[in-house]
Amino acid sequence: MKAWHFSENAYPYLPPEQDYESIRVTLPNRNYDPKLGAALYDRFLDEWCIAEDEGVEIMLNEHHQTATCVDPAAPIVLGALARLTKKARLLILGNPVANRRQPVRVAEEMAMVDVLSKGRLECGFVRGVPYEVLPANSNPVRMNERQWEAMDLIVKAWTHHDGPFSHEGRFFHHRNVNIWPRCYQQPHPPVWVSTTSPGGAKRVGTRGYVQATFLTGYRETAAIYNAYRAGWREAGRGQDIPVNRLAYACLLYAGDTEQQARAGAEKLLWYMTSNKVPPHFQYPPGYLPPAAQVNLIRGATLDQHAANRGNATVDRAIEAGIMFAGTPDQVFLQIKKFYDHVGGFGHLLIMGQAGFLEHDETVAGIRCFARNVYPRLKDAFPDLAISGPEKERVVA
Amino acid sequence: MNDVIHGGDGVTIAGIELELFERGGGSPILFLHGAGGVRPDDPFVDLLAQRYRVIVPSHPGFGKSTLPDWLDSVDDIAHIHLELLDRLGLRQVDLIGTSVGGWIAAEMATKTPERFAHLVLIGPVGVKTGPVDRLDVPDMFAMPQDKLQRLLYHDPDKFRPDVKALSDEQIATMARNRETLALIAWEPYMHNPKLKHRLHRVSAPTLFLRGESDGLVSAEYLERYARLIPNARLATIGQAGHAPQLEQAQVTAAKVLEFLGATR
Repeated sequence: MKAWHFSENAYPYLPPEQDYESIRVTLPNRNYDPKLGAALYDRFLDEWCIAEDEGVEIMLNEHHQTATCVDPAAPIVLGALARLTKKARLLILGNPVANRRQPVRVAEEMAMVDVLSKGRLECGFVRGVPYEVLPANSNPVRMNERQWEAMDLIVKAWTHHDGPFSHEGRFFHHRNVNIWPRCYQQPHPPVWVSTTSPGGAKRVGTRGYVQATFLTGYRETAAIYNAYRAGWREAGRGQDIPVNRLAYACLLYAGDTEQQARAGAEKLLWYMTSNKVPPHFQYPPGYLPPAAQVNLIRGATLDQHAANRGNATVDRAIEAGIMFAGTPDQVFLQIKKFYDHVGGFGHLLIMGQAGFLEHDETVAGIRCFARNVYPRLKDAFPDLAISGPEKERVVA
Repeated sequence: MNDVIHGGDGVTIAGIELELFERGGGSPILFLHGAGGVRPDDPFVDLLAQRYRVIVPSHPGFGKSTLPDWLDSVDDIAHIHLELLDRLGLRQVDLIGTSVGGWIAAEMATKTPERFAHLVLIGPVGVKTGPVDRLDVPDMFAMPQDKLQRLLYHDPDKFRPDVKALSDEQIATMARNRETLALIAWEPYMHNPKLKHRLHRVSAPTLFLRGESDGLVSAEYLERYARLIPNARLATIGQAGHAPQLEQAQVTAAKVLEFLGATR
């Protein structure tokens, strides 16, 4: 199993929550102090470098017009990390290609990072969460179709080396695609796609890309991985799907004592409790499938994650499988239980910083995990193990 | 409106199965619905149908009309409805459109001006005439549902949908109508930048109607819109919002009938 340190680069110094409508989209940036922000960037970059020193890989992502993630141009931070680090794999998860107008530009950015990092890029693509469509002015209808056309065009731009080709598709038009530089890794960097629905996962499985799912917990993760495997098999990729095709993103805090771990875990919950977003930003038209829309209009609330903002506690989050927290033994056992429940996965994407979790606390959490949990995970869950229900894995 | 033509083979245009309603008899009116879709019990259409043959299609992606992958603009829909007129053998009609249906109607009237004896635009969107740094139409995709309700209606409580009384199919249709609206009106928001440079082609006498409490389409917006059409006049309906044909069906129908008759 590979573990990845992930930080959203949040800016937590906000007015009282009742004073604003939404932490995303509309919160005025007068609430952002660039001097504090600069110090935060330094700090978060340092934490990624410490994770590398501890043998943990690096992951970052991108959101827009939000205090929860002040990284609206992840490729820029990736460029900095490519020079600040030497050995860690660099995972961007991901490029919001349904909201980017020029996929070829994305192909260029990623190829450049791959060369700068001498082949350490792991390139993720995401559709983008619903509240990204307003900052991008991006039509929420037909986003999946745009995402897939963009991804296929990017992979083609990476792998085509004989001068210009043209692309006249449904959403994107290019007459002369011939990117420089080309990728360091051949034929191209590993591709990751995040989706939290079985339908999406099945399509990812047909391509054999790495499938990541975020905070889907005990409730939904197994179905997503099953759908991935079904897609993989239907596409004729073989019967066995190695766990290193599957990734799971969680909140995680390990401490030497239960008390330390609990204190860190409580602070990590900011990631969930701070996410104040009104329904009209959460559910733009066309983003959700029709059946889900019917339930919403009838007054249902959709928990994006297996524990929701209103009821988030450390215990509930652990119970739901979206957080692993405790002493190294406790964290290992929690992960093992979850691993067995969902049928295995090869990448643990760790939200290791959020909100007011200070630098020292973040570093202590990274080190405790890296030194006392990670070695056991590597031993217990080898990268090339076969994923699936326990019986299938034993037979394989 | 029980007299549904759709069914059997349906009306299929460019691969799209169009849901089509028809009422009354006599000289033909093509009525183009707004973002809410066709209302089966629309009193406004019934009032027109006492004197006219009223033809009411559901736009592609609205109601039960299908939506092909290639269709994504009001301009596309305008071409479909022009072909619908061909299919029905109608050389000339009176054209009425409300809200986004008004936008479709305006596009049609610039393409084949001679086919329309009269044009009635009720709270239409479709042009951008205001400053770059201010939306001509408030962003209905970025506001709470309750605020939108207040911008839409003079009496918002009276027209709040009773979700409990609706079937899943009806709710799914509401959601789909809204999705199609986003598809065709998201960007540029609620307008076609080219339309204002084409409206000089409209030859039909044109009536703009606005509910005086309309929170989406302002009086200034319609005044500027009307100035782009050679022979246009404006009228206001009291105690009505964005859908005066719904909130004040009698008054609105009377104004429309007077306009159609007076200039015939």
